[in-house]
Amino acid sequence: MKKKTLGQQLLGAPYVVWAALFVIVPLVIVVYYAFTDADGNFTVANIAKLGEYKEVFWISIEYSFIATVISLLVAYPFAYLMSRKKGSTQRIMMMLVMLPMWMNLLIRTYSWMNILERNGLINNFLGLLGVEPLKMIGTPGAVIFGMIYNYIPYMILPIYTVMSKIDVSVLEAAEDLGSNGFSKLRRIILPMSMPGVVSGFTMVFVPSVSTFYISQKLGGKIMLIGDAIEKQIQSLYNYNLGAALSLVLMVMILICMALMKKFAGDSNDGLIM
Amino acid sequence: MNNSTGTVPEKKKNIVELKNITVRFDGETILDDLSLSIGDGEFVTLLGSSGCGKTTTLRLIAGFLEPDEGEVFFDSKSMNGVPAYKREVNTIFQRYALFPNYNVFENIAYGLRVRHVPEAEIKERVQEMLTLVNLEGFGKRPITKLSGGQQQRVAIARALILKPKVLLLDEPLAALDLKLRKDMQQELKNIQKALGITFVFVTHDQEEALSMSDTVVVMNEGKIQQIGSPIDIYNEPENAFVADFIGESNILDGVMKADYRAAFSGKTFDCLDSGFAPNEPVDIVVRPEDVDIVASEKGMLQGIVTSVTFLGVHFEIIVDIGGFKWMIQTTDEHHEGETVGLFIEPDAIHVMKKSKYSGQFGDYSSYSDEMDTMSVIEDEEE
Repeated sequence: MKKKTLGQQLLGAPYVVWAALFVIVPLVIVVYYAFTDADGNFTVANIAKLGEYKEVFWISIEYSFIATVISLLVAYPFAYLMSRKKGSTQRIMMMLVMLPMWMNLLIRTYSWMNILERNGLINNFLGLLGVEPLKMIGTPGAVIFGMIYNYIPYMILPIYTVMSKIDVSVLEAAEDLGSNGFSKLRRIILPMSMPGVVSGFTMVFVPSVSTFYISQKLGGKIMLIGDAIEKQIQSLYNYNLGAALSLVLMVMILICMALMKKFAGDSNDGLIM
Repeated sequence: MNNSTGTVPEKKKNIVELKNITVRFDGETILDDLSLSIGDGEFVTLLGSSGCGKTTTLRLIAGFLEPDEGEVFFDSKSMNGVPAYKREVNTIFQRYALFPNYNVFENIAYGLRVRHVPEAEIKERVQEMLTLVNLEGFGKRPITKLSGGQQQRVAIARALILKPKVLLLDEPLAALDLKLRKDMQQELKNIQKALGITFVFVTHDQEEALSMSDTVVVMNEGKIQQIGSPIDIYNEPENAFVADFIGESNILDGVMKADYRAAFSGKTFDCLDSGFAPNEPVDIVVRPEDVDIVASEKGMLQGIVTSVTFLGVHFEIIVDIGGFKWMIQTTDEHHEGETVGLFIEPDAIHVMKKSKYSGQFGDYSSYSDEMDTMSVIEDEEE
C-alpha cells in the first residue's frame, strides 16, 4: 500500500483519538475492574464468582436466540416481498419498518407494558368477552416478544438491502433453467442473501442478549445478564463484579460473531461486522 | 424482383408459433394482434428500435409473460399457462444474468443440477460445453473475475447445456465492444449451424440482423412490419418504415402511371414493378448506392451537390433536386455546389404501397451524422 502523506495522517487523526478515548480506554478500564477488588488489588475472585450466574447467562442466551430466530423467520419473507415491490411501495414499507425506531425504546417498552399487564388493554378486552385475564407480563414469552418487537427492524434492513441487489433477470435465469419457486429459493436467493442474514442475526442477537430494560419492564422477576450487570453497578456499587460480568458477555458476543462469520463462508460483501 | 439466392433454407415444420398475440401494459398496447411462425432450425432475428415489442415477444416465448389475448404454441402444443421452468426453451439474457454465488462450472451445471443429473454426467457435459465456447480450464473461476466476452460465453454454455430446441437471445452482444461483437456474431452463427438449434435473436442493430439471420422480422409499435430473408428485406422493403430502418434510403412520393412506369421528382421512369392501380400514389425507394452521378446533361434528374462526406471506401453525397435531398454513395469525388445529373437504372427503383409511415422518412434535408449518433446512443440505453 502507498505510504500516507502527513496531510492524510492529520485528517485521520481525530478518528484515532476518538477510538482511543471512547473505545480502547473504557475497555481497558473494564478489564482493570474485572481483575481487581474494591481496594484495587489484583484478584480473580470476580471471575470465579461468575459461576453463580450460570443460570442467568443461559437464560439470556436462550431467550435472545429464540427472539433472533423468530425475527429471522418473520423478517426474511417480508424483506423478500419488499425487495420485489415497485419503488414507491418499497419506500412506504421501509417507512413503516423504520417508524417505531423513531420512538424511544423506553417509551415503546412502557407502551407494551400497558398493553400486556393484568389490567391492560388486552385483558380488558378479553374481560368484555368474559374470558379470564391472561398472565402475560412476567413470562418469558413477554420478554422474547419485547426483544423481537424492538429489534426486528435490524433484521429486516440488512436482509432487504442484500435482496434488493439481486437482479430480477438472475431469478428469471434460474427459472429459465428449470428452477421452480423452492429450488430458486434454495439455490439462488438463500445463498445470495446470506450476508444480510448474518448481519441481521448479529444485529438482533447482540442487543437482545445484553438488554436489561425489556426484561425489567416485561419480564417481572426474570433476570437477564444485562439486569445482573445493572444491579451490581447501580444498586450494589460492586463495579468489579459488574465489570467481570460485562467482560464475559463481551467475549461471548465476540465468539458468537466469529461463529456467524465462519458460518457465512467467504461471501461477506455487505456484511456489517 | 431480386429473388433471394439460397439464403432461406427449406421451411421445415414450425417449432414456435405465436397466434394473434396482444399484450397490454398499464393501458398501453405493447403487442398488437401479432402472429409469427418460426421454423425448426431457423435463425430468426426480431429487429426494431426500443419499445417496438421485440423483447416482449421473446419473453412470451420464454414464459416470463402471459399474453392478454392469443396463444403461444411450441411443437404445436399450447404453452399458455405453462411456467417458464417447464418450457423447453432457454434464454441468453442481455446482461447475462449469471449467478454470482457460483463459479463458471456451477453456473453451466445449474440446469443439470436442478434436474438431479448424476455427477459424472454433469462433469462430462460441462466439460463439453466449456470446449464448445472456448473456456477450457476456466471452470473454477469466479464469475466476477471474467471479462464481458467470457461472461457471454458462460451464458451461452449455461443455456445450451440443456440442449434446448429453441434458444432465445435478448440483445446478447449489446454490451460488448465492436471488435468482440463481430467475433461473437460469427461464433454464435457457427454454434447455431453446428447444433442445428432454432435461434430467436433480438437486436436493434440492423447490420447484425442482416449478417446473421435466415429470417428477419422487422417490428415497430407492437406490429410486424415485414418478415423475410435479409436480402428480401433490404431489396424489397414493404413500407417506408422498413426501407428507412434497414440501411439508407431515399424515399420519394410517387405515382404509378401504369405497370412498369413510375413517376416521381417530376419525371417518369421505367421500373420493374407492376400490379398497381393506374395513377395509384406510391412510395418510391432508391438506395443511395444504386444511383449513378453523371454529367448534368446526361442525367435523368438534375441537382446541386450540397454536401460531400468522405467515408474511406466511398463518398456520401447529398444532392438537392427540386428541394428534396437525395443521398448518393459513390466512389467518384464531387464538390459542393457542383451541378450534377443522376442516372437511375430501372432495377434500382423499388415501388411500395402507401402506408401510415409515408412521408415520415427518407429525406436527407435534416440529415447530419450527429443525429445518427444520437439515435444509436438512445437505442443502447434500452
